[in-house]
Amino acid sequence: MLEIKNLHARIAEDGTEIIRGLNLTVKAGEVAAIMGPNGSGKSTLSYILSGREDYEVTEGDILYNGESILELDPAERASKGIFLAFQYPVEIPGVATMQFLKVAMNEQRKARGEEELTTPEFIRRVKESAAELKINMDMLKRPLNVGFSGGEKKRAEILQMALLQPQLCVLDETDSGLDIDALKIVADGVNALKSPDRATIVITHYQRLLDYIVPDSVHVLYKGQIIRSGDKELALELEANGYADIIGAAA
Amino acid sequence: MNIQTQPRLSAAESALIDAYNASFGELPGNGAVASARDRLLDDLKTKGLPTRRIEAWHYTDLKTLLRTVPTETSTAVIDARAPFVEGSPVLAALQGKVDAKAAVEGVVVSAFADMLREGTAAPGLSVIDGDDAIGRINGSFVADGYVLEVPADTELETPIEIQAIHGGGQVHTRFPVSFGANSKATVIERHAATGDGAAFVSTVSDISLEDGADVTWVIVQQQGADDTHLGQIRIRVGADAKLKLFVINAGGKLVRQELRIDVSGENAELTLRGVNLLGGDTHTDVTLVLAHNVPNTSSTEVFRNVVFDRARGVFQGMIKVALDAQKTDAKMSCNTLLLSDDADFSAKPELEIFADDVVCGHGATVADIDDNHLYYMMARGIPENKARAMLVNAFVAEIVEELENEPLVEALEGIISVWLEKHA
Repeated sequence: MLEIKNLHARIAEDGTEIIRGLNLTVKAGEVAAIMGPNGSGKSTLSYILSGREDYEVTEGDILYNGESILELDPAERASKGIFLAFQYPVEIPGVATMQFLKVAMNEQRKARGEEELTTPEFIRRVKESAAELKINMDMLKRPLNVGFSGGEKKRAEILQMALLQPQLCVLDETDSGLDIDALKIVADGVNALKSPDRATIVITHYQRLLDYIVPDSVHVLYKGQIIRSGDKELALELEANGYADIIGAAA
Repeated sequence: MNIQTQPRLSAAESALIDAYNASFGELPGNGAVASARDRLLDDLKTKGLPTRRIEAWHYTDLKTLLRTVPTETSTAVIDARAPFVEGSPVLAALQGKVDAKAAVEGVVVSAFADMLREGTAAPGLSVIDGDDAIGRINGSFVADGYVLEVPADTELETPIEIQAIHGGGQVHTRFPVSFGANSKATVIERHAATGDGAAFVSTVSDISLEDGADVTWVIVQQQGADDTHLGQIRIRVGADAKLKLFVINAGGKLVRQELRIDVSGENAELTLRGVNLLGGDTHTDVTLVLAHNVPNTSSTEVFRNVVFDRARGVFQGMIKVALDAQKTDAKMSCNTLLLSDDADFSAKPELEIFADDVVCGHGATVADIDDNHLYYMMARGIPENKARAMLVNAFVAEIVEELENEPLVEALEGIISVWLEKHA
């Protein structure tokens, strides 16, 4: 589903190279975990997948379902089924959450040539998904993410993911700032979306989240490259020994 | 010995003077009113229209900006529009003329033309200060308007709408409105054009809130693309009174909207909000002079501006706190989204504080749309142009929602979305 080939990318503004020859393949149905120390380029990778303009790809390619997505803007990528759950979702005052959800769902449907949702159908879907994620409907009456607690913001991200039904889900540090109960709810939400034609990339610092979202593959990102790949045992090894050994071995 | 030289008159100044001479004997008013008008016009002749050398008009050089004044007034028959908020009684002033039979339950309604004829309007035909060009022009030419009196202890459930519609030419109206003690009401003052010809509009709303009155006043300015709109609202606020003033500018070619407010009773609470939607090749100026004259009063002022194309906007906000107006609490902010390279906005907040125990602040920001917001919305599949429109809308909708009157909020949001669809 996703094939990243020898990707090099830098910050557009100052030219700092962050991703330095990254290779990664994620198949449909797979849950891939990307781990790595601070500053290794994990969040940057998620931004580049989503098409954020602040980064420039200088070499290599990203193939999604066999096609390069480098020329697509974030909205086009989203309509094709790429979803990024943000580490720090922004607060947007004045934009009502429900209106935002409806516009996002319908714009994606329009882009794919599907019928727009009727209001009752839209509300039915939101209520259903919100209930599963234990999100109070009152929270959704507020402006987008405004005044949401850290945990509420993360749940709201997963709610959007559930409603938009993406094919490729990228979760950027979704566990940060969550207590254990919230973590379970979020993990259940992610697991509920697991399907043979959907792939998930879980970016995380800690092994903890991977107890709940069990990965098929684990990749260690360091200085903009995948320096080691393995199965879920690799995550446990990292938890026990830290990154130093692997980094030392790769150097 | 000085030799007084008459300043050279601009085309607009000459046209105004000619129009005044031509209307001799036609403008309503007794002797006292006629002399008041003559005095104001004499001042207009000697002072001329204000230029940028007058501080209060520095960013809106009326003499330069006002190139022509239409002389012909349209005689077309105009119909009143549907009420801005469904179910509101409408007081229509069509082409500057009021409906003598208009009535609103619970309110004493009369015609300003009668006040002019009786002479009771004469003292009000005055300027606030030497630079009050709007008071001068309106006082010279005003022909009619509605006079409203909301009796003490009256509570009006439905908003009243004053609907001033013109079909071009010169239109000068005045609306004296008094809200009795402990009365409660919402008034919509709406200015719109049929679009049949350029207009020169001056309008003054002269308002008093007696003690304990609770008033929401909404000015909706939707003049035509070639129109000049000179609006002024004078408000005196009594003790324990609550005033919510909301102004939206969504039209006109050359617009000056003056808000002149005197807070003269303790514990008065003011909420002043404005939205300026500016596009095309237009000039719009909102000038606020707010005087906290007595102790223990509070006010908040928030103005949001979106500027497209080659539009120019001005906000001047002056808060004066008198020597004994201790414990005044006033906060003013003016936030602007500049959405094109040629768009222009000038913000001039001013505080003039003579009391020593007050909380006063002001802030002005000018920005483009936040890239992080835009990226977030696009990352959810919302195309860029749609995401931009939603963000611009959000920027202004936020303060509209503060009105907390659902039908009114919806009507205002309607204006905003229609305007944005046309200009964004």
